[in-house]
Amino acid sequence: MTPLDALGGEDTFPKLLVRNARRHPARTALREKDLGIWQPLSWQGYLDAVRELSLGLRELGLQRGHKLAIVGGNRPEWVMSELAAQAMGAASVGVYQDSTLHEVAFVLDHCDAEIVVAEDQEQADKILDMLERLPKVRHVVYTDPRGLRGYRHPALISFEAVREKGRAVLAHQPRLFEEEVAKGSADDLAIISYTSGTTGFPKGAMLSFRNLLAMALALHEVDPKRSGDEFVSFLPLAWIGEQMMSLSSALALGFTVNFPEAPETTMENVREIGPHVMFAPPRVWEGMVSSVQVRIMDTTPFKRFMYERLMPLGYAVADRRFSGKPLGVGWRLLYWLSHLLLFRALKDRLGLSRLRTASTGGAALGPDVFRFFHGIGVPLKQIYGQTEIAGISCIHREDDIRFHTVGEPIPGTEVSISDAGEILSRSPSVFLGYYKNEVASREVVREGWLHSGDAGHLEDGHLVVIDRLKDVMRLSDGTRFSPQFIENRLKFSPYVKEAVVIGQDRPYLCALLCIDMGIVGKWAEKQKIGYTTYADLSSRTEVYDLVEKEVEQVNGTLPLAARVRKFVLLYKELDADDDELTRTRKVKRNVVEERYGDVIAAVYGERQAVEIDATIKFQDGKTARVQAKLPVRELLRKVA
Amino acid sequence: MALLEVRNVTLHFRGLTALADVRLSVEQGSIHAIIGPNGAGKTSMLNCVSGVYRPQRGEILLDGRDVVRLPPSSRTRLGVARTFQNIALFKGMTVLDNILIGRHVHQHVDVVMGGLYWGPGQREELADRRRVEDIIDFLEIQHVRKKVVGTLAYGLQKRVELARALALEPRLLLLDEPMAGMNVEEKEDMARFILDVNEERGTTVLMIEHDMGVVMDLSHRITVLNFGEKIADGTPEEVRSDPAVQAAYLGEPVSVFTGSDA
Repeated sequence: MTPLDALGGEDTFPKLLVRNARRHPARTALREKDLGIWQPLSWQGYLDAVRELSLGLRELGLQRGHKLAIVGGNRPEWVMSELAAQAMGAASVGVYQDSTLHEVAFVLDHCDAEIVVAEDQEQADKILDMLERLPKVRHVVYTDPRGLRGYRHPALISFEAVREKGRAVLAHQPRLFEEEVAKGSADDLAIISYTSGTTGFPKGAMLSFRNLLAMALALHEVDPKRSGDEFVSFLPLAWIGEQMMSLSSALALGFTVNFPEAPETTMENVREIGPHVMFAPPRVWEGMVSSVQVRIMDTTPFKRFMYERLMPLGYAVADRRFSGKPLGVGWRLLYWLSHLLLFRALKDRLGLSRLRTASTGGAALGPDVFRFFHGIGVPLKQIYGQTEIAGISCIHREDDIRFHTVGEPIPGTEVSISDAGEILSRSPSVFLGYYKNEVASREVVREGWLHSGDAGHLEDGHLVVIDRLKDVMRLSDGTRFSPQFIENRLKFSPYVKEAVVIGQDRPYLCALLCIDMGIVGKWAEKQKIGYTTYADLSSRTEVYDLVEKEVEQVNGTLPLAARVRKFVLLYKELDADDDELTRTRKVKRNVVEERYGDVIAAVYGERQAVEIDATIKFQDGKTARVQAKLPVRELLRKVA
Repeated sequence: MALLEVRNVTLHFRGLTALADVRLSVEQGSIHAIIGPNGAGKTSMLNCVSGVYRPQRGEILLDGRDVVRLPPSSRTRLGVARTFQNIALFKGMTVLDNILIGRHVHQHVDVVMGGLYWGPGQREELADRRRVEDIIDFLEIQHVRKKVVGTLAYGLQKRVELARALALEPRLLLLDEPMAGMNVEEKEDMARFILDVNEERGTTVLMIEHDMGVVMDLSHRITVLNFGEKIADGTPEEVRSDPAVQAAYLGEPVSVFTGSDA
């Protein structure tokens, strides 16, 4: 029995779309908030739109084996474009819309797409400007006509015009779409997902329908979704996690996908929908916790009093559950009371009242955040996986949550550890290889095992991830340490937004930290500490004292040799636009080490402070000069 | 044909002459800017057009019809809308309600029928809400729709004010320093909105603005005032190279004292 048997032969996305429209034509498939109202689209409407678009794209020259690139935010048109391409036997390539021009140009050119679907003027401008460097691109389809009315570019065509072309074809070839869909098979290339590597250019992971659907079904077995469920799509659709939810899972299991009105309204829209299913990277969950903490600081004394009394109760109950202890009647009663008085309201505020399955993935999530959500009754689980295995290989089970692990393999997935300590996994979801990069493909998949590049170990069935294998470092005395492990622990502090730990071939560890402006700013206000800018706040002695306590706390959990001896608070936040982070907000260590080389040199040069004279580039291209004196803080309690 | 024609308008406040014999012509479908140093009479000009001030002499023709004697409310009905230098919104009301107020001129259902839940009142309200939502979408203020205006950042309030003016569906939009006090990003957004209003809705725009970069980029035509007098009028290029304008802005003493300006 193969994993896709459950789908009864409907083994591609377009086939599933046709199936869903046949089974539940009137049921809501997609919903988008537009003009202040949630506008539903039925499965039948979804299919009709995809059919027209698909035939229209065919008229523009899209053929079996081609690629269709899509740049834009979370909109129904995005998923429709993907399905339209796949219906004609082409693959879709999602491009992160906030990527730099350089990255967009690379992906568009590398994937050989002839047609690009761009959301709006901003994205279309981006592509039209680079058209000379993109000889393969022949058509740019835009979905939002706003601001593009005056454009007369031969390559530009509107989404509606493409659908119109499709309608014309439909009039005399009514069966063409269904025939093309029927030609598709599970092993066809469905998407190319470009992974934002922390080094070098992105690589295009090729995934088949089999890869994607097998993963969705296996995950469903341990984390079930129902056809009446609601899901809000607000993370980049180019990301494998969002593909897994908004496409593979939604199509295979038939739940409703909702698209927010605008990026700024996301959290408000989540609350309106009250999703049953949510999958988000740690920063979203952390964002929710910090928004609660900030608002509690500002609320009435009574509410604050309630929060401060009842939250520890939630934590206590969560901790008992984590350690597997049974809850006595007394505990249950107290928890039920706290639920009535606080947790219910809190969940409602965050839009999590109906949430049944919640998961986090992509990076480590702090235990405090875990405890918070379990405390208020949101069953948050950790997920682990790579794009190359269609997103997921491990997940926590409902009754067996452990902060420091990423759970157990999902059905059909085997996980083992190589002699070098690398995490290997094998499943029907292991990808087809990197697009036009045989060498890298052979390196990553050997004898069917996907080599993750992560160091880890197994702990009675649970997988523990330590760090990227190549990132495990050595101090000059040979002590091994994992910077990412320490960084994650530092970042668990609400005051620390980013952390970079340095120490390769150095006598001891030091950390470059970025404070969280929102929380530290709030804290400073409470303490009556005046400040002007981020740089100013970061250099305050009081803030250093505050962060020092946090660092000391982390140090307490680390082995003596791998403790942070010194730290510096940077004068600006690390930013993907400055190439310091990847688009999924992972630190590009080499860039940071190079850019802040003088800071690092000063730290190890045993200086008390660093004179900074740097130029900051703003998003609009303007630059500003920052001159500041960064203190270097050495922790009082001697370490190492 | 000119949508707005200002002919020899003179405005005094007792002994002070705010506008002296100013002529100005705003073409249908254009973006027209009035610039000039502080106290040049720019806002007075706008107030004369919107009807807040009544000039002692001169004519103001809207579509060839003299409107000098009409009160502001009647001019609004003829399709004139404006925003203010200092934001004039109802601070205690939500963004949505503020914009809905802009629909007032287009509401014709009487008090009795409007008081009923069903019927023409409901139909009208739905139609108005629909227009307002279009504007909210257009100006990208969905995220503050239900927020009370007083709690919003300054740049956003400016946008809400523009939204209210647009709700009137004006043919002539008067903007008094739409970008004052904004940061670069907010200015860029506002510039894009003004362009879009002009291009997609075909609205004629008459604006006062101090940011020369914005004025030069957006305007089709510019009128320069100085001490209540028009000293130049033309395309951005013409105005930029006009010696009298340079003198007014840079305060070049020679030309002022020798009176060699054009």
